[in-house]
Amino acid sequence: MADSNISVQGYINHHLSDLTIGEGFWAVNVGSLGWSIILGTIFIISFAWVGRRATAGVPGKFQCFVEMIVEFVSKNVKETFHVKDKLIAPIALTIFMWIFLMNLMKLVPVDWFPVVAGFFGVMFYTPGLPEYAADYSFLEQIMAHKWSYMKIAPTTDVNITLGLALGVFILILGYSIYYKGLGGFAKELSFTPFNHWSLIPFNLVLELVTLLAKPISLGLRLFGNLYAGEVIFLLIALVGLAQLPLHFVWAVFHILVIVLQAFIFMMLTIVYLSMAAEKH
Amino acid sequence: MDINATLLGQSIAMAVFVWFTLKFVWPPINAAIEERQKKIADGLAATDRAEKDLHLAQDKAKEYLREAKEQASAIIEQARKRESKMIDEAVAKASAEREQILEQARAEVEADRSRLREELRKQVASLAVAGAERILQREIDDAAHSDILEKLVQEL
Repeated sequence: MADSNISVQGYINHHLSDLTIGEGFWAVNVGSLGWSIILGTIFIISFAWVGRRATAGVPGKFQCFVEMIVEFVSKNVKETFHVKDKLIAPIALTIFMWIFLMNLMKLVPVDWFPVVAGFFGVMFYTPGLPEYAADYSFLEQIMAHKWSYMKIAPTTDVNITLGLALGVFILILGYSIYYKGLGGFAKELSFTPFNHWSLIPFNLVLELVTLLAKPISLGLRLFGNLYAGEVIFLLIALVGLAQLPLHFVWAVFHILVIVLQAFIFMMLTIVYLSMAAEKH
Repeated sequence: MDINATLLGQSIAMAVFVWFTLKFVWPPINAAIEERQKKIADGLAATDRAEKDLHLAQDKAKEYLREAKEQASAIIEQARKRESKMIDEAVAKASAEREQILEQARAEVEADRSRLREELRKQVASLAVAGAERILQREIDDAAHSDILEKLVQEL
């Protein structure tokens, strides 16, 4: 983005903020949440479509691809999660594919969707244009339009990653209670690591911190990796023509990060849930 | 960037997607994979079995071939034996027949000879009688000396 009217700071801020509806806590990041739901829907519809038409005979190419992913997830689940459970594998598959797709959106050049969304905003939704931008040039109006703030890589939004982590946290609690019973779970929190009644408060503090640290680290790890990558994409986008090779190199590197982070999130979810399900 | 309701929305979306995957995505795909795995395993097992069967059949075929050869050579041997036996029998029969024919011929010859001899004897006798008659015509009465002549004929 070489437009001199937009400062470096403004450009980065523009890209890092999202199109929101509502105020305060009840605001919703329309870009992140909308794209996250769109991508999740793409995932389940395409996979369910394969599932409906799945044949045990010679599979088609897309079925092969889907089966490769399913078997990859299935293998990891079997290696890590030793209790028999019907829910764990679908959870792992959903998390892996969904996060993978959400991460994948980062490979779309950072300015494409804001410009397209802003363009449609200026053309069809004039209330979205701030009053101060009334006498801006067309391009500046596009970038000033509310819609151009739309964010398409949901995992660079901490709300999205923590939302996923919250889901995992609820699953951890659910699995703990389902497999150990409420009493067993409470006992585990109170009597590890020190098995003595006088140390129950100390144990509780330790265990609760451990329990809470799991989802928070899970969410922040994904967010941190992807957000940092996004910031670097933005910085690269600021350096003029030299961005072309740099962007290419960083994007190639990011192919690795995208898959790796989705895989790490999935594996840690499986590990946490297996820890919750297994008796110690 | 603030924490806001997006977080809750994302959690709800996650629950929905996980539920959908659990209900409609995982079971059919996994079923297809498992069914194919079973098919492949069955196919491999069938291949093994077929290979074993093939070996068995080959062994059996060899066995049959060997038996057939043995039988053939036995039959040939038997035929050969029978052939020589038949030849021997024919030879024996032929020689017996020959003996018989010879015997018959000999008997015939013998019979002929004795008949001829008898005839000759008779002729000689009659010749002798005729000769003697001529010699003795004048002095010997035919009737008076016929018993002497008879004796003579007997002695011949």
